[in-house]
Amino acid sequence: MVRLMSNVNRLKDKVFRVIGVTSIIFCLLILVIFIAFIIYQGSARLSWEFMISLPSRFAEKSGIYTAWVGTLWVLVLTTLIAFPLGVGAGIYLEEYSPKNWLSKLLEINIANLAGVPSIIYGLLGLEFFVRIMKMGNSILAGSLTLALLILPIIIVSTREAIQAVPGTIREASLALGATKWQTIRNQILPASFGGILTGVILAISRAVGETAPLIVIGALAYVPFVPKGPFDEFTVLPIQIFNWVSRPQHEFIINAAAAIIVLLLITFTMNGIAVYLRNRWQQKISW
Amino acid sequence: MAACALVTVVTTVSIILILAIETVSFFSEVSIIEFLTSTKWTPLFTKKNYGILPLLSGTLLTTAIAIAVALPLGLAIAIYLNEYASASLRAVLKPLLEILAVVPTVVYGFFALMIVTPFLKTFVPELSGFNALSPGIVMGIMILPFISSLSEDALSSVPHTLRQASFGMGANKFQTAFRVVVPAASSGIIVSIILAISRAIGETMIVAIAAGQQPRFTFDPTVPIETITAYIVQVSMGDVPHGSTAYRTIFAAGITLFIFTFILNNISYWIKRKYGAAYE
Repeated sequence: MVRLMSNVNRLKDKVFRVIGVTSIIFCLLILVIFIAFIIYQGSARLSWEFMISLPSRFAEKSGIYTAWVGTLWVLVLTTLIAFPLGVGAGIYLEEYSPKNWLSKLLEINIANLAGVPSIIYGLLGLEFFVRIMKMGNSILAGSLTLALLILPIIIVSTREAIQAVPGTIREASLALGATKWQTIRNQILPASFGGILTGVILAISRAVGETAPLIVIGALAYVPFVPKGPFDEFTVLPIQIFNWVSRPQHEFIINAAAAIIVLLLITFTMNGIAVYLRNRWQQKISW
Repeated sequence: MAACALVTVVTTVSIILILAIETVSFFSEVSIIEFLTSTKWTPLFTKKNYGILPLLSGTLLTTAIAIAVALPLGLAIAIYLNEYASASLRAVLKPLLEILAVVPTVVYGFFALMIVTPFLKTFVPELSGFNALSPGIVMGIMILPFISSLSEDALSSVPHTLRQASFGMGANKFQTAFRVVVPAASSGIIVSIILAISRAIGETMIVAIAAGQQPRFTFDPTVPIETITAYIVQVSMGDVPHGSTAYRTIFAAGITLFIFTFILNNISYWIKRKYGAAYE
């Protein structure tokens, strides 16, 4: 009887090992199939012509010029807005804010904001930036919306990076007569900068892939010109892809696949840089 | 710098105010009873009905399918990586699996429509070109890293002494994993599941692309449906005049979505607070 039980348990152990390995292989296989399909469908369409052509009614003449220029604008503006705000808030919460009900409320609030669906940020942007602030369907309105969306991610990663700096560094600096701000400026920030940067890049790569909030604030799929300033109307790569996927003609699907290759290259590059920075930073600084 | 932190408070307050104000004016034109009980949602048609139930059923259906895919796979992967796999294997596999979480959702929508739906049609011939099943499954793959990563964090924070005690009693890896480690990490695992559900409810592009745009009060996964999020996208793509009842519907739909995710997020935050620090 005991031997039977132990055999059953050994069997369960083996079965689970197989289930675990199969699950992982299944997921990675799906990833490979998806990416192979995209490359198979889209790579032939990818050309310099495709990169510098304006959108058109004819699939073969259409390109992603307006889309990637729009994405670049949004990326730069969102970074300029979200980086100082997020890092500032992170430093404040970690270093300055007194530990009371207010700081607790801020923490709950940020945790909550991180879980608000992105499309809700779109509704906020539509009413607040587009209508009340009268920015229209501009790059600025879109960037502000996305900046608010990624702010919680930047704040949380800034706080984690600062927390990883050992207290002894802080105490040594203070003991040498440095002020609180000098300690933050000369010790804490340089030591945590790698971690902060990793978080910021990951957050921005998320913003680059966002579609829904920008559709809600009225970014258009068809913009026949390249935006020249932050108050111009715009489109971005994900919206262009959405527009092409929604069409029945096969040629537009091919265009979508080609545009997806470009979008994936951008997001994977950014994530690659973030992972590289994280590893390098962890190796360089071992307390 | 305190001002930077205050931006987050202003954001939350603005979200709630904007949703509430537009929703109040919406309910001055549409009865709240109709909104909550009618099984038809046709604000853009000539004969207008404003029942949220079809959008809600669409949202819950795709979310349920996504969780049905992500939960067993995610948990199995988390347990395998943490309890069975070697450290070096884990170091390779974890970042690879996290790629699944960085792929933009519009790309997943493309996969659902172009790969998964045609593939499923070979097994389920009556499957419609737009349906809940395919985007649900793809959404499950998208949220899988949330469950596997967060659960793995929870499992790895269980102290080794518990495992050693279990092995010392003669238990094997399977018994230790499922009778000792998983129960000890259960609060963290539950948090990961709740966050994944919240993510699935708010997911937009996959369902906007592959589920169709037909609000339908059904739990049949083979027919076209519409979720709350996809409806907001649909209205945003058209030219609904600002200030009309149709315009306000997206805020009424939005607040419904917000309430669901808000409750889920707070439950997970509360669990994390109450049980999270058990082994620190």
